[in-house]
Amino acid sequence: MKFQYVPVLIAFGLGGLVAAVFVAAGMFLGPRRPSPVKEAAFECGNPPSGPAWGRFSVKFYLTAILFIVFDVEVVFMYPWAVLFRPLGVFGLVEMSVFVLVLTVGLVYVWRKGALEWD
Amino acid sequence: MPADVAIATAKVLFALFLALQIMGLGVFFERKVSALIQDRIGANRAAIFGFAGLGLVNTLIADPIKFLLKEDITPAQSDRLLHFIAPCASLVPALATFAVVPFGDVLALGGRLINLQGAELNVGLLFVLAMASLGVYGVVLAGWASNNRWSLLGGIRGSAQMISYEVAMGLALIGVVLTYNTLDLQEIARAQGRLLWGWLPAWGILYQPLAFVVFLVAGIAESKRIPFDLPESESELVSGYFTEYSGAKHLMFMMSDFVEVVLVAALVTTLFFGGWQVPYLARDGFHFPWGTAVALPSLVVALLQVTAFALKVIAFTWLQIVIRWTLPRFRYDQLMRLGWKGLLPVSLANVMVSALLVLLAGRGA
Repeated sequence: MKFQYVPVLIAFGLGGLVAAVFVAAGMFLGPRRPSPVKEAAFECGNPPSGPAWGRFSVKFYLTAILFIVFDVEVVFMYPWAVLFRPLGVFGLVEMSVFVLVLTVGLVYVWRKGALEWD
Repeated sequence: MPADVAIATAKVLFALFLALQIMGLGVFFERKVSALIQDRIGANRAAIFGFAGLGLVNTLIADPIKFLLKEDITPAQSDRLLHFIAPCASLVPALATFAVVPFGDVLALGGRLINLQGAELNVGLLFVLAMASLGVYGVVLAGWASNNRWSLLGGIRGSAQMISYEVAMGLALIGVVLTYNTLDLQEIARAQGRLLWGWLPAWGILYQPLAFVVFLVAGIAESKRIPFDLPESESELVSGYFTEYSGAKHLMFMMSDFVEVVLVAALVTTLFFGGWQVPYLARDGFHFPWGTAVALPSLVVALLQVTAFALKVIAFTWLQIVIRWTLPRFRYDQLMRLGWKGLLPVSLANVMVSALLVLLAGRGA
């Protein structure tokens, strides 16, 4: 059954081809008249105030961490969902315990105010 | 083997062709529906060699050409390599996802039984989620590589938004997997061909109405469209993560936006609205519940199914564009509240309730 992944490669190849055609067309069809002002960072007409690679709100890091926590749980649920019928009551009880732990975590995060954004 | 590869290539090509055609129609809706909603005529002035007779169609042809003829500027302060990669990283995964979306049942052709799905993956749903995650890279790379304040803000907003709604989306899909016990999109589409009580097509929305709502909302958030368009919100961030993009690369970002809209429509169709299923149409023709049967050749059946799939996808593309032109934009805290405090608990509860119902119903559900 290795063959089933060949079409995925073909799809990536075709998608890449579409992207390459656009990039190439842009390169060859568009004019090329660079100037320092044109290549400056666009800050609504004001002179750029230095590079933008600086610090940003810690909220975004927090969101990323929460995402990792919850997304890994979701990934664990996929094989369970596929095999749910054979597992029966055992599967339901197991997942209930797991989701309970997950919910406790969610309630904790909620009460701590990690989900507030202001 | 060469014949298999040729057939696979043809199928993937057809899936991409279908997707891009519906995307073009989506752009048409975007212009015309918005004009209708705002009580104006809409773009109708583009003339190709002095010929403006086709009105909006001329505009649709002229728009991409104009993008390609513009100068493609790479800002001096940017990370040139990442700046180049970002639009490709946005467009390619969005297009490649269509390879696993089934657009028909089977076509008997020259002694072969061709499964009408680009890549027959048994983990199709996981592939879809993986590609949706890859879509984040395009946004965050574009925001970072541009080295522009607006772009950076748009990029990190976009990545936080997309990963937040991905959790809810993944959980909503688990309800669907519980119902069908497979990750293969083609199997899911086939399972929806059964009839309930002998007359009602057993489409996914009957089993998972809540998952449908969560998936659609999360899907619109994933494609970064109004009311979730905070990554680009032009009134605050100029153009968000693609502020510093022009010409062909800007076109690629616009295009991947629309491809994602069509992708969400295609997934909603496949998971909740029967995919390519036409009610009462089996592989050998129609079998109506009142006993009439109409035998049809395989080619006609396949054509009907592909048409049904395309029409359903077009309907959901249209729905998303109507939503986009109807609602105002969320505030960022509202967006995060909806994602983490609204959709996440709801979809978690949906998983547990579905599991309980599946168990109670035994084999019936």
